[in-house]
Amino acid sequence: MKLASYRVAFHTLVHKEIMRIMRIWVQTLVPPAITMTLYFVIFGNLIGSRIGQMGGHSYMEYIVPGLIMLSVITNAYANVVTSFFGAKFGKHIEELLISPVPNWVILWGYVLGGMARSLAIGVIVTIISLFFTRLQVQHWGITISVLILTSILFSLAGFVNAVFAQKFDDISIVPTFVLTPLTYLGGIFYSVQLLPEFWQKVSMLNPILHMVNAFRYGILGVSDIPIATAYSIICIFIVLFYCICLRLLQRGVGLRT
Amino acid sequence: MTALSIRNLTKVYANGFQALKGIDLDVAEGGFYALLGPNGAGKSTTIGIVTSLVNKTAGSVKVFGHDIDQELEQAKACIGLVPQELNFNQFEEVLPIILNQAGYYGVPRKIALERAEFYLRKLDLWDQRELMSQRLSGGMKRRLMIARALVHEPRLLILDEPTAGVDLEIRRSMWKFLREINAQGTTIILTTHYLEEAETLCRNVGIINNGEIIKNTDMKTLLSELDVETFVLMLRQPLQDNSILSPFNGRQTDENTIELDLPRSESLNRIFQQLSANNLEVVSVRTRENPLEALFMGLVGIEETPLAALSEAAGAAR
Repeated sequence: MKLASYRVAFHTLVHKEIMRIMRIWVQTLVPPAITMTLYFVIFGNLIGSRIGQMGGHSYMEYIVPGLIMLSVITNAYANVVTSFFGAKFGKHIEELLISPVPNWVILWGYVLGGMARSLAIGVIVTIISLFFTRLQVQHWGITISVLILTSILFSLAGFVNAVFAQKFDDISIVPTFVLTPLTYLGGIFYSVQLLPEFWQKVSMLNPILHMVNAFRYGILGVSDIPIATAYSIICIFIVLFYCICLRLLQRGVGLRT
Repeated sequence: MTALSIRNLTKVYANGFQALKGIDLDVAEGGFYALLGPNGAGKSTTIGIVTSLVNKTAGSVKVFGHDIDQELEQAKACIGLVPQELNFNQFEEVLPIILNQAGYYGVPRKIALERAEFYLRKLDLWDQRELMSQRLSGGMKRRLMIARALVHEPRLLILDEPTAGVDLEIRRSMWKFLREINAQGTTIILTTHYLEEAETLCRNVGIINNGEIIKNTDMKTLLSELDVETFVLMLRQPLQDNSILSPFNGRQTDENTIELDLPRSESLNRIFQQLSANNLEVVSVRTRENPLEALFMGLVGIEETPLAALSEAAGAAR
C-alpha cells in the first residue's frame, strides 16, 4: 500500500469518526456542555463566591482550566473506547482488519476521532465559561500544546481499554473507578498546596494533576508543579500507551482468534 | 498463476480444539471454487486465516504469490470478503458503508463514488443508498456485503455462505452476478450449504471435514464418482405387488410412489417394461436428490436426512 493510499485510508477513518460524533451529537456534544454549565453555576458562582480567591484568582477563574481539562480527558477517552468497542461488538471492525490499512493508521484514525471530539468540547466549554468569567490566556503555546497532548494521551488510553473490553460493562470500569477519581483529585477544584504535606506528595503521583496544572499555567499563569515535569509525564505516557496500542493491534488481542 | 495457495495450514484454538489439521489447497486464478463441509469442519477458520481475521498456528498462505507472513498488506489488497455473519455498522447508511470500505483500500473518493453507484445499481441497492443499513431486508443486507466486498475490485472474492437465508429469486440473480464477475476474471471461492449452488456455479470443489481436506478436484470428476442414482417414479395406479421391484433394488414409499437405486450404467427401460407388463403407468420420473449432495454425504459419512445429519456432524466436529 502506497503513501497516497494510507492518506486516503486515514482520511476515511477520521471522516467516519467525525461523522459518528456528529450523527449522535446529542450524546457526544450536548451532555458535557450541560454538565459544565452546572459546574460553573454551582461551584463557580454560588459556592465560589463564598470561597474567595485561590492561587491569586477568583475561584471561578481558578476552576475554569480544570473543568475544560476534565471535559477533554473524559471525552477523548469516552470517544475512542466507545467507538472502537462498538466496532468490535458490532463486528464491523472486521472491515478494517481485513483491509490493508496498517495498524498505525488505524490507531491514529481513532486517536484523531478522540481528539476531534475532546477538542470540540474543550472549545464549547471554554465558550460557556466566558459567560461566567473573563479569561485572559497567559501562554497560548502551553495552553494549546497541553490540550492537544492530553487529548492524544487519553484517546490512546481509551483505545487500550476498548481492545481489552469484552462487554459494555468493561468500558465503564476504568472511567468510573480510575479516571474520575484521579481527575477529581487532580487539582481541578483546589490547589494541592491546601493539602497536608503527605497528601501533597501522594498527589504528585497523579498524572492528571500535572496536566491540569500545566493547562492552568497556560491560561492563568499559576501552577502547583513545574511545567517541564508536566510535559515530561504527558510525553512519557503518550509513548508508553502508543507502544502498547500498536503491540495489541499487531498481536490482534481481543480482535483476532 | 495460483490465486490462493495453502500449505500445511494448522489451527489449534486456545481451548485446544484443532480446527485445521495441516490442509493443502490451491485455487487457480480465474477459478470458481467451492469449499464444502459440514458445520464446524474448518471452512470459516480457513477463510478467517486467509483474510487475517484468525491467527494461524502453523503453515503458509499465499494470495497471488504474496505470503501473508511477509506481505500481508499486498495479500489483503487482493481479497474481497463476504462473511457469513453481517458485519457492517447497522447504524450507518448504505452508501457510506461502501465508500468507507473503498477508502480503507486506498480508493480515492471520486472513483469510490463511481464504483459504489455501479455495484449498488448492479445489486439493486441504489435506491436504498441513503437508508440506514439496519432497515434493509435480509437479502439486501447480503447484497450490501457483496457490493462492499467488490468496491475495491479484488482479484480474489471469498464468499462465506453468501446466499444463506436469501429467497430463491434473489439467490438466482446473485448467481448470475457472480458468474459475470467470474467471467471478467475475478477468482471466486465460495462456501455454501446449498450444494445445488456449488454444483451450478463452481468448476472446482474441495470438501473439508474435521479439519482435513478429504476431496479436492474439479466438479465433473467429482460428480462422475457417483455411480448410483436414486429415481423416484410416480405411478398412475397403486402398486399392489411390490415384489416386481426386487430385481431393481427398489422400494415402495407410498401406494403410488416407488424409489429405485440404479447404477449409472443401467438403463431405465427395463423397469419401464416391467411396470408396463404389470399394467402400471408411470406419470413422472425425478431423481431423489442432488447428485453432489449424495456424494457429499457419502464423503463426510452422513447417511440420514441432510439437515439432521449435518447438525450431528457439526456436533461431532466440535
